[in-house]
Amino acid sequence: MSTTRYLTTLTLSGVLLGSLIGLPAVLAETAEEKGLAIAVEADKRDTGWGDSASHLTMILTNRHGQESTRENHNRTKEVDGDGDKTLIVFDTPRDVKGTALLSFTHKTTTDDQWLFLPALKRVKRISSANKSGAFVGSEFAYEDISSQEIEKYTYRYLRDDTYDGAPCFVVERIPTDPNSGYSRQEAWYDKEHYRIMKVAYFDRKKAPLKTLTFHGYRQYLDRYWRADEYLMENHQTGKTTKLLWRDYKFGNGFSDKDFTKAGLKRAR
Amino acid sequence: MQQSVQRTVVGLLLTALASLWVGALAAQAEAPEVSGNATLEIRLFPQTTAYPGQRSQSVSLSFEPEYYQPFGSHSLIITPFIRADSADGRRNHFDLREAYFLYVAERFELAIGLRKVFWGVTESQHLVDIINQTDLVENPDTEDKLGQPMVHLLLPSDYGTVELFALPYFRERTYPGRRGRLRGPLPVDPDRTTYAAGAEQYHLDLAARYSHTLGPWDVGLSHFSGTSREPNLTPTAGGTVLAARYPLIQQSGLDLQLTWEQWLFKAEAIHRTGQGPGYYAWTGGFEYTLVGLFGSNMDLGLLGEWLRDSRGRSARTPFQQDILGGMRLVWNDAEDTQALIGGITDPRYGTLSVFIEASRRVATSTILSLELRLSDAPADDPIFNAVDQDDFFQLSLARYF
Repeated sequence: MSTTRYLTTLTLSGVLLGSLIGLPAVLAETAEEKGLAIAVEADKRDTGWGDSASHLTMILTNRHGQESTRENHNRTKEVDGDGDKTLIVFDTPRDVKGTALLSFTHKTTTDDQWLFLPALKRVKRISSANKSGAFVGSEFAYEDISSQEIEKYTYRYLRDDTYDGAPCFVVERIPTDPNSGYSRQEAWYDKEHYRIMKVAYFDRKKAPLKTLTFHGYRQYLDRYWRADEYLMENHQTGKTTKLLWRDYKFGNGFSDKDFTKAGLKRAR
Repeated sequence: MQQSVQRTVVGLLLTALASLWVGALAAQAEAPEVSGNATLEIRLFPQTTAYPGQRSQSVSLSFEPEYYQPFGSHSLIITPFIRADSADGRRNHFDLREAYFLYVAERFELAIGLRKVFWGVTESQHLVDIINQTDLVENPDTEDKLGQPMVHLLLPSDYGTVELFALPYFRERTYPGRRGRLRGPLPVDPDRTTYAAGAEQYHLDLAARYSHTLGPWDVGLSHFSGTSREPNLTPTAGGTVLAARYPLIQQSGLDLQLTWEQWLFKAEAIHRTGQGPGYYAWTGGFEYTLVGLFGSNMDLGLLGEWLRDSRGRSARTPFQQDILGGMRLVWNDAEDTQALIGGITDPRYGTLSVFIEASRRVATSTILSLELRLSDAPADDPIFNAVDQDDFFQLSLARYF
């Protein structure tokens, strides 16, 4: 989940080529071009990992400090030229154990999602238009945790900054989907590895809504960075959600057959 | 004679297969997983009873553990279910909801044993869904099903999924007893059940289904040949009880869903022969979801479904020509609070049935659910009028482990 992909349009190749052959970045480069170039570079660096599996613990905290915990395990597969395929199987609370969500994300069209309800053995195709909806009651919206394709935003480079001591580019991202719950986002990319360190979200009325920070980045397959911890703080409600990722495994050899509606019924 | 031979052959084959399987697998066993729930349920019927012997309230307990044992690409799943009820003896019952071996290979999946299978897309009724028998004593909404013995072969491909079912044993529908509510004037006597099939419950039923996803479309085509899950009920023993007779039928089904932005468009249709004159029935409708109601985290789903049966008033179903309207409220909170509120009306009779189903997590892995069903049916609506005095309020507390 939350990975990006390489785009091979002529325009983008031009931008990349420009930076590769060492032309000064300032030469006729607008803030929009620079913002897009940063997103493309981050995406390029996180392409080619194939598939992954992990366990996720979500800790939901309300403004009174009361916590509730949810756990799931999940599998993701990169798809050439399109968004990722993801299967999430819930483990706790025990009343949702076995509930499974299959998502096919797409670069430009709406995602496909199926939900398996174990008590009825029923698979339901669900509307993915609820992008702004809360994911299992947390402070993460579906659009925050689904595959972050380049095409889902337009970009503008804002400024340089430091985050946690690391020099960063700050890039504004404006969602292209009218169903998005955000007017804009600001994302901090570290200059060394192009990892996203922090995202500030602004609601449709342009007021600050949430801040997401990433902690404990680790490198896998000597190349791909994954954070152990995501922390989402909602400034309007005082609620937070912490995501703790563990047991990342790459190179599982998943095929499209591991991500089917029929297979959802026996997902464990 | 034919019946007992068939019985013996099926029994021997299943036993041989199962023992081969178990023997081959014992070596690969991984750690088993046990999960499930225990539920306390209270039902209150505020109206006066319509038939002698019926009770006005009931308290019952149910327990449904699930045992899952993986062995590499094989697995064993066993889900027993048991209920004890204070009012209706027929609700004191035990069932194996599932007890099967599953083998998942590269090109197919094979399941042998008792299993639950769901087909279809609509909410108000499940016309196409025919593999499992309805466990009607559990709830009049027909959503509870009995485990069905089967050999189930699933063949996935890029052009859709084909499923083949051999169903060697038939399960009778469960009905409330004399002291139970939500029944007609006469209780159903299970000792008087008869079958059109010579082999009775051992008749081998067959079914096949093809399903596929094409962009925004999810489509399913199915055919069933065998003993109807729905009996014809006739008064017997001097008009004191009902006897169930299960005819042999052929049923073809189609289910279709189009998912487009916030809209779901759904349709199911069947054609059945062998149960009276051949007939068609269909359900069509939509669900529209409003996300983030009034700037909150809440979602509101609006549902509408139209139900038709070509037999009209002679149909034994409560849904000959009905309309369902409803709304689904989802709070999207940490407690997973949700509610479904709806009504079904038959404009020809003027029958109105209203329901509320709501639930919320009240403690870790503990769900409190509320269900309310009210109906008002004129005397000429034969099915709804029978339960006209059976409005009920149900509260249940389920602890999952």
